[in-house]
Amino acid sequence: MADTANPAHGATDGETRRDFLLYASSAVGVVGAGLALWPFIHSMNPAADTLALASTEVDLSPVAEGQAITVMWRGKPVFVRHRTADEISAARAVDVAGLRDPQKDEDRVKKPEWLVTVGVCTHLGCIPLGQKAADPRGDFGGWFCPCHGSHYDTSGRIRKGPAPLNLHVPEYAFLNDKTVKIG
Amino acid sequence: MSSVSNNKIIKWVDDRLPIISMMQHSAVEYPTPKNLSYWWNFGSLAGLVLVIMILSGLFLAMNYAANTGLAFLSVERIMRDVNYGWLIRYIHANGASMFFIVVYLHIVRGFYYGSYKPPREILWWLGLIIMLVMMGTAFMGYVLPWGQMSFWGATVITNLFSAIPLVGEHIVTWLWGGFSVDNPTLNRFFALHFLLPFVLVGIVVLHVWALHTVKSNNPLGIDMKGPQDSLPFHPYYTVKDLFGVGVFMMFFMAFVFWAPNFLGHPDNYIPANPMVTPAHIVPEWYFLPFYAILRAVPDKLGGVLLMFGAIVILAAMPWLDTSKVRSCTFRPIYKWFVMLFIADCVLLGYIGGKPAEEPYILIGQFATAWYFIHLLIVTPLVGWLEKPRPLPESISAAVTKKEAV
Repeated sequence: MADTANPAHGATDGETRRDFLLYASSAVGVVGAGLALWPFIHSMNPAADTLALASTEVDLSPVAEGQAITVMWRGKPVFVRHRTADEISAARAVDVAGLRDPQKDEDRVKKPEWLVTVGVCTHLGCIPLGQKAADPRGDFGGWFCPCHGSHYDTSGRIRKGPAPLNLHVPEYAFLNDKTVKIG
Repeated sequence: MSSVSNNKIIKWVDDRLPIISMMQHSAVEYPTPKNLSYWWNFGSLAGLVLVIMILSGLFLAMNYAANTGLAFLSVERIMRDVNYGWLIRYIHANGASMFFIVVYLHIVRGFYYGSYKPPREILWWLGLIIMLVMMGTAFMGYVLPWGQMSFWGATVITNLFSAIPLVGEHIVTWLWGGFSVDNPTLNRFFALHFLLPFVLVGIVVLHVWALHTVKSNNPLGIDMKGPQDSLPFHPYYTVKDLFGVGVFMMFFMAFVFWAPNFLGHPDNYIPANPMVTPAHIVPEWYFLPFYAILRAVPDKLGGVLLMFGAIVILAAMPWLDTSKVRSCTFRPIYKWFVMLFIADCVLLGYIGGKPAEEPYILIGQFATAWYFIHLLIVTPLVGWLEKPRPLPESISAAVTKKEAV
């Protein structure tokens, strides 16, 4: 269609000026469109009220040794297990080098008797069994995921089955002896 | 015409699905009269606003809850907690007003330059249908925040149908899905408010299809007679439309950022209360002229009929206007009547926003009368009696003559 344009301006440096204006305005247009799009994309990120629920406090006083509780944090279950001395020693006796996701039990807990992990199987997101006394706990006394048969030990580490990683340890802190803040 | 492209992939696709040559044909080569003024920018602007409304509406819908117990709070959450939710909602709320501004100007353009005349009757009707669907969509959208104006607007507008003899009450109950505007009403309004914009897209496609069949009208109102009268749509009108977009977006965003609630009503920030009607209830500005017509008639059914009739009658414009000349540029008498008619519509809008008391009632009745007198009597009569000025022999001739002077 260039030949239908006004031929008087087709010559010499008129073309380069026109090209420059085209590229410059196109660039401004593309950057502007990108900037205008950002608020829409960002609106799908967690909103302020969602972020306000990003931490949760748990009272540990009713949890006796050998028991476990499940609390909800960011819409997901968090396993808080009051481990027995046997469970702790079992977790610490393992040869770390032989694990799929090598991690020492000491690095996974802040206090040896309290294990806090996100209760979501690292395979495809099911919730492993093992919180209740009657649940199957797998071959290593920790958790067993019924979806695809992943076995976790008493430190929440993957020992057998398809899951690639240990149960995730969330950010948490003990506010005092009997209260933990997750997140 | 030459083939679409030398690129083998593009050609391969186009041989199987001629989408590229279709776009080439309708958005690039499309022969457009070369004398279009800025009045011809409003069609593309209306299309742009429709896209902006669908996009912003989609993101609002992701955070909105269509339930009487949650709706108001979910909108407040959008305003306070959702990232940029305030921006998206203000774009959507002001976008509705922008939509009506550009569409009304688009219609005024068609009115002045006779764009409804043969062979553009169907194009004109499709435009009127678009306006009607827009009005329904805007009304239902205004109900969704479930504020006081939402609730009472919904109550008043749905009650219009109760004016229908015999079955009116049943129709209203059916519209409500209950015995008052309530949760079922809100649910269905949300569903329809989400659907209708896509219906609009479909009608817009037909509108553009009809346009490209009969080609654009122009300020002279005469047909293009050959290539010397036209320019390819791209780059000439794409660039001109884009320039219009730039100016329009400044206007639009000035409202969004500096006066986001200027066109709204503060009562809608009060949660809906079925027990209390706000003291001064008015519709959004774009409904005011029709609201004034409704109130001008001291009879329920008569007012409703006249209000809907005010829109329906526009469909008869191709026959009500008996003149052979399209553009008011060459109609020394009718030109002034058209301007008076537009002023009358603006006056009706002003009256619609005023309380129902004297002298506004009387003025509103005269303005309503003139609306119909203009369309039913003045327009046909002037068409017969007026002697139009001589038309230029072609678009090209008119331009070259002007340059020679």
